[in-house]
Amino acid sequence: MVTSIMIVGVGGQGSLLASKLLGRAAMDKGYDVKVSEVHGMSQRGGSVVTYVKFGDKVNSPIIDKGEADYIISFELLEAARYVQFLKPGGQIVTNSQQIDPMPVIAGTAEYPTGLIEKMEAAGAKVDAIDALTIAEQAGSSKATNIVLMGVFSKYISEISKEEWVKAVEASVPAKFLELNMKAFEMGLAAE
Amino acid sequence: MKELMLGNKAVARGLYEAGVAVASSYPGTPSTETTEEAAKFEEIYCEWAPNEKVAMETAFGASRAGKRSYCAMKHVGLNVAADPLFTMSYTGVNAGMVILVADDPGMHSSQNEQDSRHYAIAAKMPMLEPADSQEAKDFVIEAYDISEQFDTPVLIKMCTRVAHSQSVVELGERADIPVKPYVKDAGKYVMVPANAKRRHPIVEERTRKLVAFAEESSLNRVEEGTDNSMGIITSSTSYQYVKEVFGDKYPVLKIGLINPLPEQKIKDFAAKVDKLVVVEELDPIIETHCKTLGLEVTGKDIFPLIDEFSQGLIATKLGLPEKPACKPIEGLPGRPPAMCAGCPHRGMFYVLSKNKITVMGDIGCYTLGATPPLCAIDTTECMGASISSLHGFNTALGADAEKNTVAVIGDSTFMHSGMTGLANIAYNQTNSTVIILDNSITGMTGHQQNPTTGFNLRGDPAGKIDLEALVRAMGINRVRVVDPYNLAEAEQAVKEELAAEEPSVIISRRPCALLKKVKRGEPIQVNPDKCKSCKACMKLGCPAISFKDGHAKVDVTQCFGCKVCSELCKFGAFETLNGEAITW
Repeated sequence: MVTSIMIVGVGGQGSLLASKLLGRAAMDKGYDVKVSEVHGMSQRGGSVVTYVKFGDKVNSPIIDKGEADYIISFELLEAARYVQFLKPGGQIVTNSQQIDPMPVIAGTAEYPTGLIEKMEAAGAKVDAIDALTIAEQAGSSKATNIVLMGVFSKYISEISKEEWVKAVEASVPAKFLELNMKAFEMGLAAE
Repeated sequence: MKELMLGNKAVARGLYEAGVAVASSYPGTPSTETTEEAAKFEEIYCEWAPNEKVAMETAFGASRAGKRSYCAMKHVGLNVAADPLFTMSYTGVNAGMVILVADDPGMHSSQNEQDSRHYAIAAKMPMLEPADSQEAKDFVIEAYDISEQFDTPVLIKMCTRVAHSQSVVELGERADIPVKPYVKDAGKYVMVPANAKRRHPIVEERTRKLVAFAEESSLNRVEEGTDNSMGIITSSTSYQYVKEVFGDKYPVLKIGLINPLPEQKIKDFAAKVDKLVVVEELDPIIETHCKTLGLEVTGKDIFPLIDEFSQGLIATKLGLPEKPACKPIEGLPGRPPAMCAGCPHRGMFYVLSKNKITVMGDIGCYTLGATPPLCAIDTTECMGASISSLHGFNTALGADAEKNTVAVIGDSTFMHSGMTGLANIAYNQTNSTVIILDNSITGMTGHQQNPTTGFNLRGDPAGKIDLEALVRAMGINRVRVVDPYNLAEAEQAVKEELAAEEPSVIISRRPCALLKKVKRGEPIQVNPDKCKSCKACMKLGCPAISFKDGHAKVDVTQCFGCKVCSELCKFGAFETLNGEAITW
């Protein structure tokens, strides 16, 4: 049994830290883990994807169409972009924040409306939350990624809260630990 | 102890455990982290060299001196270093030497999709190909043993999905490798024709021995299956996809030593399966080898030559149904990468775009100047090509081109391969105008130092090459420095240097906005009462400016405070967050 999670967003939003946290929590639990990232040009504000897979034995580091159990998205449009990677009935946990891509900024396209309904119509379950605002309340918009991981942690029954907390401690610099712990707790408590 | 490790970090761990002493590389996605992670071990001297050729020769010098050495590059970097590669194959090594090359199938961050395995064959050099992080570490250690046993540098080939995937690695101890004394040996190290003629047969004999090694080595392993109606030969990340699809059903010959390939081992494997299939990304290297052995094989007749593979692709090409999935949502706007808010390149590209100048581009973040709305770049091929191809363009068309054509090249790329192109301009005298986009860092690969920044790989103070003095010394008399945030100054410089009747260099200088030492300015906003909706500011393609409700609007969380947009507004609509006029 392998659990497959895609973390998607806009380059620079902190998806690498989120995948590090998730990979660490799964490995500490004794699972085989693979995480696949893409560095380089797409990090400059482009659409970015990270794959995290854990289970008894993981072969491929990537996730193909119809294979993801979960999508964690840092931005609404990016959640919609990858919905076909989700198994039918799979769960999306997304930040409701919208960041205009260059075609919208340049005026050649509109930011789509009704994305949550469209994702549900495509066969996904959607949990959308304003993680940016929660992160700001926790102390910094930079903790948006950790807020989302707090929200997501509720869906992974295999990993306990204490184990998540340990993984956060091991993944973030000491001086930002308090902020990130608060962000994680607020994400966990968010409805 | 176990650790979840990026493939590239596992390579660095392998270097540490193999007792490597010297590493010299040039950054290139997806190879960069191998050297950055190696630098975290005090025992390994690590540096950024100006380019891959210099890095490889530096590593070779260290090997010859008697210490295990390493260099790393992306696939196109191996083109730059191909010259030493081919002759080092003849000389062999003293202490072990490993050359890592990272391919980028799918071109996540590259200008072509070349298959580096051809180099191993052409240079007659052994090449190992790991399939996950544990193998990356283990193969590095084994590569040094092969290097010393067979007296040859050894190539390690990574690909994006092995380099940038994390998997679990078992850690070991550092080996204590004594220095091998350097002994003068002209017959081995002086490759004049007479000596090279004596070395070439040694290379061929070495390959014969390596083929025998390939037959026995556990680097190439057979994994038995339960159904011999099909057998699969595969390597690298393709191996993981094959196992994902079929588990232990079909027998697999997993190749770890991709050059030279075994012969009998492959024949024996083929003999026990009904149908032989080769699964490999990009070119048919293993498949061609099978065919020369007279084997019937399925390969590129069903699998593509282009792009990276996935488990889904392998499954469907071998006749399995597609997995059920959520339906895609059609018509979503794309999200291509864009120059960052506050990027110093933007101002210069705006000037070039506005004046409809033909721009020979180069390799780096600034390649994004080719994207809408700026569309400022005409060409991009390889490191340094902007300057040399500008000279060719101007030579072909003369004054008509010289008045309206420039080259743009970053500081690190100029150090890598731009200087020789500029030497050609200074020597053969076209009235060419070269713009060095000096953002004081190697940007695209994630902020590596270079010879112009004054810091070394570890961030400690280092030698600093003065770009102005350098280009003057090369014979360029017209050299000027501009601030690309100042559009008027930048435009004046471009116009004057294009008009000049001699070669000139404009240094467009402003550090990368993402550098930690660079302080953000105060964000600014648009006063909707003053905005006349002319969209002049939208021509910058700044991700912080959008057009909403009939007016330009600044996203203050993204705004860097560079104020370049305010220079374009004829109506003074940009103001501070307190509503005050913008001042400089």
